[in-house]
Amino acid sequence: MKFIMKYLRPHYTMMTVGLIIKIIGTLVDLLIPYILEHIIDNVVPTKQITKVALFGGLMLICAFVGLVANIVANRMACAVARDSTRAIRSDLFKKISYLSSKQIDEVTIPTLETRLTSDTYNVHHTIGMVQRLGVRAPILLIGGIIITYIMEPMLCLVLLAVLPFITAAVVIVSKKGIPLYKKVQQRTDDMVGTVRESAQGIRVIKALSRVEHQNKKFDERNKRLNAAELKSGYVISLTTPLMNAFLNIGMSAVILVGALRVNGGKAEPGMIIAFMSYFTIILNAMLSITRIFTMFSKGAASADRIAEICAIEPDISHLPKGERENTDAFIEFRDVTFSYNGTRQNLNNISFTLKKGQTLGIIGATGSGKSTLIQLLLRFYDPDNGKILVDGYDVRSLTSEELRTRFGTVLQNDFIYAGTLIDNISFGRDISEEEVTTALDNACASEFVSTLGDGVDHWINTKGTNLSGGQRQRVLISRALSVNPEILILDDSSSALDYKTDATLRSNLRKNYENATKVIVAQRVSSISHADRILVLDNGRVVGDGTHDELISSCDIYREISLSQIGGEAQ
Amino acid sequence: MTTNNTNVQTKPTIKWGVLRKLLPYLWAQKALLIPSMILVAISSGLTLAGPMLSGEAIKEIELGKGKINIDTVIFFCALMAIFYIVSSLLSYINSIIMIRISKKISFNMRKQVFSHLLSLPVSYFDKNQTGDIVSRLSYDIDTINTSLSTDFLAIITSAITIIGSFIMMIIVSPPLILVFAITLPLSIWFIKYRSQKVRPLFRRRSAKLGELNGYAEEMLSGQKTIKAYNREETIIKRFDSRNDEAVNTFYEAEYQGSVIGPGVNFISNLSMALVSMFGTILLIFDGISISGISKFIQYSRRFSGPVGEFANIIADLQSATSAAERIFRVLDEAPEKTDAPDAVTVADVKGCVTFKDIKFGYEENKTVISDFSLNVKPGSTVAIVGPTGAGKTTIANLLMRFYDPQSGDILLDDKSIYDITRDSLRRSFTMVLQDTWLFEGTIRDNIAFGNENVTDDDVIRAAKTAGIHDYVMSLKDGYDTVLSDDGVNISKGQKQLLNISRALLSDAPILILDEATSNVDSRTEQMIQKAMLSLMVGRTSFVIAHRLSTIKNADVILVIRNGQIAESGKHDELLAKNGVYASLYNSQFQN
Repeated sequence: MKFIMKYLRPHYTMMTVGLIIKIIGTLVDLLIPYILEHIIDNVVPTKQITKVALFGGLMLICAFVGLVANIVANRMACAVARDSTRAIRSDLFKKISYLSSKQIDEVTIPTLETRLTSDTYNVHHTIGMVQRLGVRAPILLIGGIIITYIMEPMLCLVLLAVLPFITAAVVIVSKKGIPLYKKVQQRTDDMVGTVRESAQGIRVIKALSRVEHQNKKFDERNKRLNAAELKSGYVISLTTPLMNAFLNIGMSAVILVGALRVNGGKAEPGMIIAFMSYFTIILNAMLSITRIFTMFSKGAASADRIAEICAIEPDISHLPKGERENTDAFIEFRDVTFSYNGTRQNLNNISFTLKKGQTLGIIGATGSGKSTLIQLLLRFYDPDNGKILVDGYDVRSLTSEELRTRFGTVLQNDFIYAGTLIDNISFGRDISEEEVTTALDNACASEFVSTLGDGVDHWINTKGTNLSGGQRQRVLISRALSVNPEILILDDSSSALDYKTDATLRSNLRKNYENATKVIVAQRVSSISHADRILVLDNGRVVGDGTHDELISSCDIYREISLSQIGGEAQ
Repeated sequence: MTTNNTNVQTKPTIKWGVLRKLLPYLWAQKALLIPSMILVAISSGLTLAGPMLSGEAIKEIELGKGKINIDTVIFFCALMAIFYIVSSLLSYINSIIMIRISKKISFNMRKQVFSHLLSLPVSYFDKNQTGDIVSRLSYDIDTINTSLSTDFLAIITSAITIIGSFIMMIIVSPPLILVFAITLPLSIWFIKYRSQKVRPLFRRRSAKLGELNGYAEEMLSGQKTIKAYNREETIIKRFDSRNDEAVNTFYEAEYQGSVIGPGVNFISNLSMALVSMFGTILLIFDGISISGISKFIQYSRRFSGPVGEFANIIADLQSATSAAERIFRVLDEAPEKTDAPDAVTVADVKGCVTFKDIKFGYEENKTVISDFSLNVKPGSTVAIVGPTGAGKTTIANLLMRFYDPQSGDILLDDKSIYDITRDSLRRSFTMVLQDTWLFEGTIRDNIAFGNENVTDDDVIRAAKTAGIHDYVMSLKDGYDTVLSDDGVNISKGQKQLLNISRALLSDAPILILDEATSNVDSRTEQMIQKAMLSLMVGRTSFVIAHRLSTIKNADVILVIRNGQIAESGKHDELLAKNGVYASLYNSQFQN
């Protein structure tokens, strides 16, 4: 709740104004039965139509003021809900955007997705609803009680005797309700997870004829979600009947006591009738409050989930920016050791240096740590031991902005989003069309782009599904090249290119991006054999380090890979 | 924003169509629905009896000081209390039933939508954002669900209360009912007018949330790239603009919907004022007593309450129907064409595959493959090479019937694959794709993938063959390691190996490897190939690859260019030809 309050604070003025308007509207609403009572008790018995019409008119004016005030106040309440939700959702997304990769791995994407959408939605609903009903209902309740108290203190106290029961019921139910709603949201995360994975793996599911299996899995999660929903529903729906029963029992007592008092000459019969009118208002207000509590429990559960994410402390800290180390190495790994999960060393004592403009090739078996090395260089993760320097600075001392603007990166299995081709390449950066064209040329992409009906404005589906694997890779390479990066990273990103295209790409990089320091991860020896330096990784360790020719003679693994690919034919 | 609403078309017919489609879901729960309706009727009846009883008590009170028979009052009050307790009990039982009904409906709906999704052609997933699909299954169904459970109950209660109060009012004073002849149509007109205005707003609200969800999901999955390019701010800005749209459509719908309540309230106050005036007139002519007027006003308040409730329900229903429209749009998507009625199940496939004059394009006017014909003998290995974008993967897509060609035919053992049930056709193939896919579950589950005939030994053997066993064993939990969310922290190559292990467990006679080892180092690849070769004995295999060293031993190498076979033959023959293949092959040695 504190979390939501933080976002409501800027709107306090507007909320206060809305509150005042709402109070006016509500007071006017409360006045109406009073006028009605007056009409019935005092005016009607006079049998004067004009007088009745006069009071009727007064009542209508009040009703109209109530109408206008309520609409205006509702509008303001909706606006507050909109603005605070916008801020909450925006902050949440911002928070997520700056979470480290490690943290995102831990929290997982499906739950981030539900928190970002369905939870913020619940919160939006709650803020609006609580303001719209949460002001009116308590005022009606308190106002109703005050008026009945003025009218007939004794009867009012009789009615009030049931309030503790009601309060207890509401508090207990909502205390139980919030964790139950949280559970529902958790189960929703699981369900969403299955939907996501199925949508993404549809080809494999169909290819292996496992539709049934996937259906079964979904059913299971669906059932569990269902069970959680039922449980929360059962508990929450207790409130309304309880409220009804308590209040109406109170009413019965009121009538009884009223009868005694009238009989004793201490009250008027008309008073009892008016009391009944106010009772209806009080009852409806209580039911409204119950509804708010239901909504509130749901909203509070969601708010907690959002707050959980927002409270995650950034785990990447910055070292103070020290002096630039005097070194001619542009990229340097010093004794770097790293493990994703603490059990298995993914990188072990990696050291190497690379001068500006040089090319580093990385090759090695599957799972040997090639991509991990790249991820550390980009500081997606921090090494457990050792140090990584870029341009003489420890990467931990640079802001992510300072560090990453130096890079043009194509990750393995990189990301293409729904949008035009040019948007995918410029990626929201300030890049001229000319730069895009140059990048496309160098990435060997111009040819296929020109066959697309509308060239660079061609619409690309989400995940680039309307491009072939090789086309996707060339788009990604164009993205990396388009800013003329100081450091170019290609993580196995030409694997879908045929040899000819791959060779052209390589020669383009050599000729046109001479100054860029390049780090190229590849499976094919031919992709890296020209590199100034090649690292051969095996099981997180460097087992070979040198040029192609050096490694052919000194590194068994490298020689084996090389021979297997070239087929042992003398070339 | 306000200016936009007026432009949105309103088609009232759609809503009823959607409601008509929703009703069967409700009706399917009739075993619970009918008892609940009866319960609602009883408990509302009891609630209505309340004022009657209190009226009796008050009649006694009206006698005034000293004339009241307290026993009568006690009697009626006790009766009242009992009535209300029973009615509350019944209404709780009833809300439990209603919750069961509504959750059952949403359960069934989710189940139906999900299994329908899985029956859709692959192209649906190629075109639609995962996040939007997720939003339909979570938010939209929830919205329908909330509305069905609360609104349906409310509609019934309201309807009964309205009818009941109406009858009571007639009993008390028929002439006063005339007042409602004016105010009731006014309320109905008002509700109708407002809801027409509100409907498109709710529809947009659902759509915008879907878009937001789609965008969020897409960007979350690309977070590393976004970081690598320092694009956080750009993406946040883009997200914010979608967020803006989403909250604004929410605002519009919420605000416009919230006008209905006070409006109807005003009309009911109007009727109250009119009732007192006409009541006075009647009183003058001795048509009614003062307690009659008071009772009448009580009933008319009971009457206008549900009318106001109706107004709120209408707004709620708007949001439910717009959500339902999105659900039905998924359900209306044509699933993969059903098997021909005379489709046969194939078993013991020998593995002879023939393509006959295939013409195909993903988009109507853009042909990817044309005049493609090919005959593959059982047990032979066909390698497909060619520049990227030439249509190599398309061939696999057509074989698996992920897509169907515009013209031409594909024969499996001389039977057209379009006359074979899809399921048995796909079972005849083992396919390993370039796009790896792992689901949340243990490594063991990921390899076995629901195949009940697979033992732990089989899983381990497959993993060994794929060369991933040692890696798995190096993990703390071995085969029980849970892979979360598409296997984070497992390298792409390892994912491919797990996918290959999964495929190895299949004993299908035809193997399709579509760049299956593109992210695997070549040593491991060779090991896999060796293992596969032994598996491939007697099996027909299609190997799509860029690394030409891996396909030299193929029986036939097809060089695809612009969707047609440019060359075909064995490795040596093609080299001798000195054509496209030779130049592709030689290019790997150029530096």
